[in-house]
Amino acid sequence: MGTNAAGVVFIVSMVLALALTYRPLGDHMARVYTSRKHLRVERGIYRLVGVDPDAEQRWVVYARSVLAFSLVSILFLYLFQRVQNHLLLALGFPAVKPALAWNTAISFTTNTNWQAYSGESTMGHLVQMAGLGVQNFVSAAVGIAVVIALVRGFARKNTDQLGNFWVDLVRTIVRILLPICVLMAIVLIAGGAIQNFHGNRSVTTLTGGSQSITGGPVASQEAIKELGTNGGGFYNANSAHPFENPTTWTNWLEIYLLLAIGFSLPRTFGKMVGSTRQGLAIVAVMAVLALGSLGANEAFQALHHGTVPTAVGAAREGTETRFGVPDSALFATGTTLTSTGAVDSFHDSYTSLGGATLLFNMMLGEVAPGGTGSGLYGMLVLAVVTVFVAGLMIGRTPEYLGKKIGSREIKFASLYFLTTPTIVLVGTGVAMALPGERAGMLNSGAHGLSEVLYAFTSAGNNNGSAFAGITVNTDWYNTALGLAMAFGRFLPMIFVLGLAGSLARQQPVPATAGTLPTHRPQFAGMLVGVTVIIVALTYFPALALGPLAEGLH
Amino acid sequence: MPSTRLPSVVRQHLAAFRALLVLTVLTGIAYPLLITGVAQLPGLKDRANGSLVKNAAGQVVGSSEIGQLFTDDKGNPIPKYFQSRPSAAGDGYDPTSTSASNLGPESIVDAFDDPATKDTDESKQSLLTQVCARSKAIGDTEGVDGRRPFCTAAGVGAVLSVFRTEGTTGPITRVVSINEECPATPFMATYQGVKVECAEYGKDYSAGITVPIKGPGRGTGNPVPPDAVTASGSGLDPDISPAYAYLQVNRVAKARGLDPATLHRLVHDRIDGRALGFMGEPTVNVLNLNRALDATSR
Repeated sequence: MGTNAAGVVFIVSMVLALALTYRPLGDHMARVYTSRKHLRVERGIYRLVGVDPDAEQRWVVYARSVLAFSLVSILFLYLFQRVQNHLLLALGFPAVKPALAWNTAISFTTNTNWQAYSGESTMGHLVQMAGLGVQNFVSAAVGIAVVIALVRGFARKNTDQLGNFWVDLVRTIVRILLPICVLMAIVLIAGGAIQNFHGNRSVTTLTGGSQSITGGPVASQEAIKELGTNGGGFYNANSAHPFENPTTWTNWLEIYLLLAIGFSLPRTFGKMVGSTRQGLAIVAVMAVLALGSLGANEAFQALHHGTVPTAVGAAREGTETRFGVPDSALFATGTTLTSTGAVDSFHDSYTSLGGATLLFNMMLGEVAPGGTGSGLYGMLVLAVVTVFVAGLMIGRTPEYLGKKIGSREIKFASLYFLTTPTIVLVGTGVAMALPGERAGMLNSGAHGLSEVLYAFTSAGNNNGSAFAGITVNTDWYNTALGLAMAFGRFLPMIFVLGLAGSLARQQPVPATAGTLPTHRPQFAGMLVGVTVIIVALTYFPALALGPLAEGLH
Repeated sequence: MPSTRLPSVVRQHLAAFRALLVLTVLTGIAYPLLITGVAQLPGLKDRANGSLVKNAAGQVVGSSEIGQLFTDDKGNPIPKYFQSRPSAAGDGYDPTSTSASNLGPESIVDAFDDPATKDTDESKQSLLTQVCARSKAIGDTEGVDGRRPFCTAAGVGAVLSVFRTEGTTGPITRVVSINEECPATPFMATYQGVKVECAEYGKDYSAGITVPIKGPGRGTGNPVPPDAVTASGSGLDPDISPAYAYLQVNRVAKARGLDPATLHRLVHDRIDGRALGFMGEPTVNVLNLNRALDATSR
């Protein structure tokens, strides 16, 4: 089989696997969030935490719980890194410096996993597994909890109760994330991923040189890194590292894991609002956007336009031999369409237009399928905007799932969509205006602007992947990107929960002949259009100055 | 209970803190320890510990998952060993400093080393020049034509800075081959009738338009395959493509006094195909191949 044919089969097999997962995983998650029973281990956890699992919360209380948990997480992770030299398994590394520890704490708590450090030369094993690894679980669970609260807003009526954050958080971890991770971590070890507590072991190589073989509890972290769309690598080389992603088939598995929950949540949504067709419409929109973006990226990489790719004869720089160019492009597309940010090849060395499609994926707001939870709530807010636009066109009161989209709802939706572009564009603008920060670029000219734009897009959208050439481990970038990650995560969450609260209070209006059906291709097509147009209008000038200028050069 | 008299904000943060501690024990301690425990099972243990491999004398010489250098003290390839890909991890294949080059597709202009200092830091070379230099060196070593598009015969990026009277338009006033430091003879004598000059250290040529010159070499179909002239993402790539392995057969056979046809068959037998026939690319593990060679010949 040729490279291109194998690449096509690789993609088709992935689509099939996700399609087969959609129902069972989606239905399982719907059961998890509607069940009235608590497992014994969960009861134990609630008792230790000191919360009543049967007491529900209003949206403000739910939001305060999310923020309290995240704030405590940031402080804990910050302190953990600051004292790591006094703890077990520190491997002799010093305490992490304040600005970097701050950036990393926000980064992992917000599910961004932007890394301004190299794992193998900064973090001891204990911080990796009991600090960063824990946030991989809980930040993913927080994202899912928030979208479940929004779905309850659509599903419920005449109430101000949106569920209990602590229950949603604990159930996500105990019933969904942990069981899958245990299984997949073992499968990854079978493929060659490592799982040990060794420090660096020095060996004499075949030719008499020396090499340090690194150790660490890598496989357990790798599984949740992908499943929770976190993306923070144990090592600097992330999923390109042979100890994280050793074979061609572990590469397939890791891509599958990072897409599985995002593409199954629409089924959960459909189940919970009582119409699986609504979930199907949403997943169709996600699939169309994802396949369109993937097709573009694969084509640009295969055509390897540009000076260096032409000289090489392929877009080979920064890719592993075992993965090859097409499978790397699928990983890159998947990681930027979700909020993962893990990489198995390095995006800075992609062709200009291939790199531009990755930027565009993140600018879409990561809704196709997006991060665990955050992708679906982004898409549902877009659906709200779409019914509003459609309502204006046909002169009717906009409704979605029987809920009126009035001025309060559309204000929350608009605020949601203004937040991230503001963070990204203002941040990039300020960085480019400061001479010191501009000098941090590794490449000059248009590609340098792409590096800065990519960094703020990645932070603001909580992705965490990088055009890694830029020097970001400076106090300024650590602080600015830390703020971008925090605002890019928590402001949208507050708006989503506010929207959920105002939807839950409503009595649904009965569907009439004049109601716009939201499960038909017509609506799905319109939702795709609205998504693309919002992004294009917002970011086109910045894209034109960066990757487009370089690609058309 | 006294806790009920605490303000709700404080109670919420206390609950948050306890939740974090409980979940840390569950997902940050119990889970990785459980996985590590399972990893002690036979069949998993060697892999979980890093897939360490030994040489013919029984000493551990590295990990079959992690590539290594097969060069001498001066960094020159040892002819009797198959060579790995270029690496951007530290000084090459350093697992404590994994990295890609992160150089972009239009990284084509070199910065020269300061003649006042003696170091020759490769990071100042553009990606294009790195590719050109590697392709030329490998082509020379293996006896094939390694010339590539946008490369000079001497193995640097063939890039001109073209100065025009009006900036981007108007007649050409001056042309500099910006990757060829004086006193080098530029790869082309004239460009559209104007003499091409060599470049001098410390001069700013950014006012000109940067024009890469394609030249006669081949990119696609070059006998030196793409993986041989590019760095991997991890900098630890343990594999090379079958094409790059075959390219090295004659040289290694000569250095070891083996029959090239026999060695060719050995390489062929050691190709790891795509998983299930469609995942990834066929590869040859360089360390395992070299170990096998050492076990059968000196």
